[in-house]
Amino acid sequence: MSVASSTYKKVLEGDQQPKEVLVKIERVTKKFDEAVAVDDVSLTINKGEIFALLGGSGSGKSTLLRMLAGFERPTDGRIFLDGVDITDMPPYERPINMMFQSYALFPHMSVADNIAFGLKQDKMPRAEIEVRVEEMLKLVQMTEYARRKPHQLSGGQRQRVALARSLAKSPKLLLLDEPMGALDKKLRSQMQLELVEIIERVGVTCVMVTHDQEEAMTMAQRVAIMHQGWIAQIGSPVDIYETPTSRLVCEFVGSVNLFEGQVVEDAEGHALIDSPDLERNIFVGHGVSTSVQDKSITYAIRPEKLLFTTEKPAGEHNWSRGTVYDIAYLGGHSVFHVELPSGKIVQSFVANAERRGARPTWDDEVYVWWEDDSGVALRS
Amino acid sequence: MRGFSFSRLMLWVGFAFIYLPMLILVIYSFNGSRLVTVWGGWSVKWYVGLLDNTQLMNAVMRSLEIACYTAIAAVILGTLAAFVLTRVTRFKGRTMFGGLVTAPLVMPEVITGLSLLLLFVAMAQLIGWPAERGILTIWIAHTTFCTAYVSVVVSSRLRELDLSIEEAAMDLGAKPLKVFFLITIPMIAPSLAAGGMMSFALSLDDLVLASFVSGPGSTTLPMEVFSAVRLGVKPEINAIASLILLSVSLMTFIIWFFARRAEHRRKKAIQQAMEETTGIREQQGPDSRRDPSQVHATA
Amino acid sequence: MNISRSISRRMPKGRHFVIGVPFVWLFMFFLLPFIIVLKISFAEADVAIPPYTEIYAWAEQQLSIVINLSNYIFLSEDDLYLAAYLGSLQMAFFSTLLCLLIGYPMAYAIARADKDMQMVFLLLIMMPTWTAILIRVYAWMGILSSNGLLNSFLLSIGLIDDPIRILNTNVAVYIGIVYSYLPFMVLPLYANLVKHDQSLLEAAADLGSSTYNSFWKITVPLSKNGIIAGCMLVFIPVVGEFVIPELLGGPETLMIGKVLWQEFFNNRDWPVASALAVVMLAILIIPIILFNRNQAKEMEGRA
Repeated sequence: MSVASSTYKKVLEGDQQPKEVLVKIERVTKKFDEAVAVDDVSLTINKGEIFALLGGSGSGKSTLLRMLAGFERPTDGRIFLDGVDITDMPPYERPINMMFQSYALFPHMSVADNIAFGLKQDKMPRAEIEVRVEEMLKLVQMTEYARRKPHQLSGGQRQRVALARSLAKSPKLLLLDEPMGALDKKLRSQMQLELVEIIERVGVTCVMVTHDQEEAMTMAQRVAIMHQGWIAQIGSPVDIYETPTSRLVCEFVGSVNLFEGQVVEDAEGHALIDSPDLERNIFVGHGVSTSVQDKSITYAIRPEKLLFTTEKPAGEHNWSRGTVYDIAYLGGHSVFHVELPSGKIVQSFVANAERRGARPTWDDEVYVWWEDDSGVALRS
Repeated sequence: MRGFSFSRLMLWVGFAFIYLPMLILVIYSFNGSRLVTVWGGWSVKWYVGLLDNTQLMNAVMRSLEIACYTAIAAVILGTLAAFVLTRVTRFKGRTMFGGLVTAPLVMPEVITGLSLLLLFVAMAQLIGWPAERGILTIWIAHTTFCTAYVSVVVSSRLRELDLSIEEAAMDLGAKPLKVFFLITIPMIAPSLAAGGMMSFALSLDDLVLASFVSGPGSTTLPMEVFSAVRLGVKPEINAIASLILLSVSLMTFIIWFFARRAEHRRKKAIQQAMEETTGIREQQGPDSRRDPSQVHATA
Repeated sequence: MNISRSISRRMPKGRHFVIGVPFVWLFMFFLLPFIIVLKISFAEADVAIPPYTEIYAWAEQQLSIVINLSNYIFLSEDDLYLAAYLGSLQMAFFSTLLCLLIGYPMAYAIARADKDMQMVFLLLIMMPTWTAILIRVYAWMGILSSNGLLNSFLLSIGLIDDPIRILNTNVAVYIGIVYSYLPFMVLPLYANLVKHDQSLLEAAADLGSSTYNSFWKITVPLSKNGIIAGCMLVFIPVVGEFVIPELLGGPETLMIGKVLWQEFFNNRDWPVASALAVVMLAILIIPIILFNRNQAKEMEGRA
């Protein structure tokens, strides 16, 4: 767990460290026939960071990764690596290596030969190759499996070999395509941490593609949410989760309760939103910039920040009456579905801190409430 | 499922239908009597007689030679064609290319044979090549239709391959040609061997194409056999037919033996890998189970 | 999804070579010959080397092309040719049907057998295709002749009193064709059937479908591509078959492959043989296209 916390720490301290850009993607578009897979994407990736492209299938994340690797050529736009334009460079000339989702180990070669393959392409002397392979095997703790063929390895072992192979050439950039996609759930969380540890030890810059938000948030320092070929938001996992800039992002990452409403009071230090779903107005602890004509806004609040009590809250704003509609017990926490008077159903997560505490049950009358700064007002 | 079923019965009836005539043929090749339908005791004299038949032996050698060349050329061309069909999805005339590759599979031999002969005649008239028809023209004809068989076999294997394996090689710095020779070829090697053997057999087998495009003095084994058989059943033919059957069965057995051994080894290796990983888990298992309170706390 | 395209794009020089070599070969030795056949079918037979007239002439800066339709008219006027075409089609149709009826249960049984046995069965099916068709047909000659094994057997058990004539009849040709082409039916059917998800049948049974019903409603429709491939692999070559009718058939066996052979080798009438081939190709072009489409679908399956 120390690894995860160090990643998290780095995220929090990230702003103080000097940033050096490694990869610059400039207005890249990729069309397959008429279908636009990647739509005018620009982003930069800093040296030494782990960057995740997170999105559903068809979001264009894999296409973007394949353009970085050189398997696809952008229809438009340029890609720079360390200031060099690599847009038209074939994959075998790029100092970029990839770990494939299926691992793509060469079935007819031993583990050692797989790792040595890339080095042999560079015409490295034999003795040096041996040393490097040995080093890589040690790094991924596979030394005793050097002579095995890929089909004699388990899923986790194959992944280590694939990682060692892609790191052997000391690439400037490491690409991970759904790194945990072929592993079962239990092995996944273990390997996530191990992978991050190895990548950080080597110090390689890394871009990963995943559809699993938990994976992206555990492993990456910065996450880009992709949707239909464009980037919806880039930020640290904390930014993405706590301050999403659009409905799309907050709905994609985690669960969320959304309230549509109109801004009824907009001042320097606060704003009030009137939502037909709630009996009381929403109080936001900062100004909300709205246009004169369109006062409509969406207020998003995460279920774990939506609290509920059986007693009527004392405050003027930010609460509503409701009845317990359904309860899902998930072990660590429970999800309460509360029906508001308007008929809207909201979710609230409650940690099961006690083994058998007294809790509201089905059809109980409750109140949901939240702190002034718990939610986010969204314009789009 | 049920041990006995209609389809199972049909399978055995089918095999009997296929193999009984061959078996009878082999038995009768050892018939001592010149009258092929009358049993005259066991004898190998027809086999011995074959060795003295220089005309027949020449035809055998010629056929084997052509079959060798055909197998080599068809594997090369067929692999290229299969690679194009499975890896290059888009280029001008792709549909036509696909048609050109697969059509020889079904094209009646008399049509292919006639058209190839007319081509050779027209070419000889126009550019003076091929000056005479013989081994070369038969080889061209055989290669053309064997290419289709090879490309079907190889492309079905190529389609099964994980494309990212080839991409990984390219990603690690291997140029496309190197990827093809270092990665693709070794992975499809069994189907190349299968395609090559198939071409060899098909070439050795062919009568119609060879009859059309051969010239004087380039009679192949099937042509010799055909001209003899046309006049009825002959004991010498029984002998040569049996020899062909036996060599093919032997080849089949060898293929089966090696394929089965490879399969068993692979299975064993996978089993071993699985046992080891579950072994590791079991080792970890008791440790966490030893302290029940800890389990409870983490649960 | 567009992986393959990217690979091909990455080999601009190699690409032309890879496509070019097989393409040029097949164009030269498969497609071009047909054009020549078409050309010669419009020529006239001539006592010369080669034995046909040229259809175009270049004289006084004038290119004159003489399209001579007499060969086709000749074909249409003589009943023999029409009968031969019909005979071939009939022979091909019924032998394809017989192959399907025998081959489907065989392929089904192989596809349902244990993995180890599947390989043995497959090799047993394939092995005959590696031995010369000539030899397999020849084996039947000895069995079917009037003093052959079958007649001796039937006589000895008293089923018949006089030897029946089987060799040199259409029955013998049917036996020979089914015998020779059965593997070409079984193999594509097997390749298709073995891919079927067994749980589909279990789901059907779970929903109350009988084994018989499931077979007709699920297995057969799903194996459509295999059936088409198998039938085409039998039907098309059989239409032009020469060896089997020549060796096993008799005077009543009229098949176009045999007629073409005789026109070419015995009568040395190349233009008429060419015209016969052109008409045969015209008849077969639809099944061939059907086969190619089916094959392309199977070949590109996942690409």
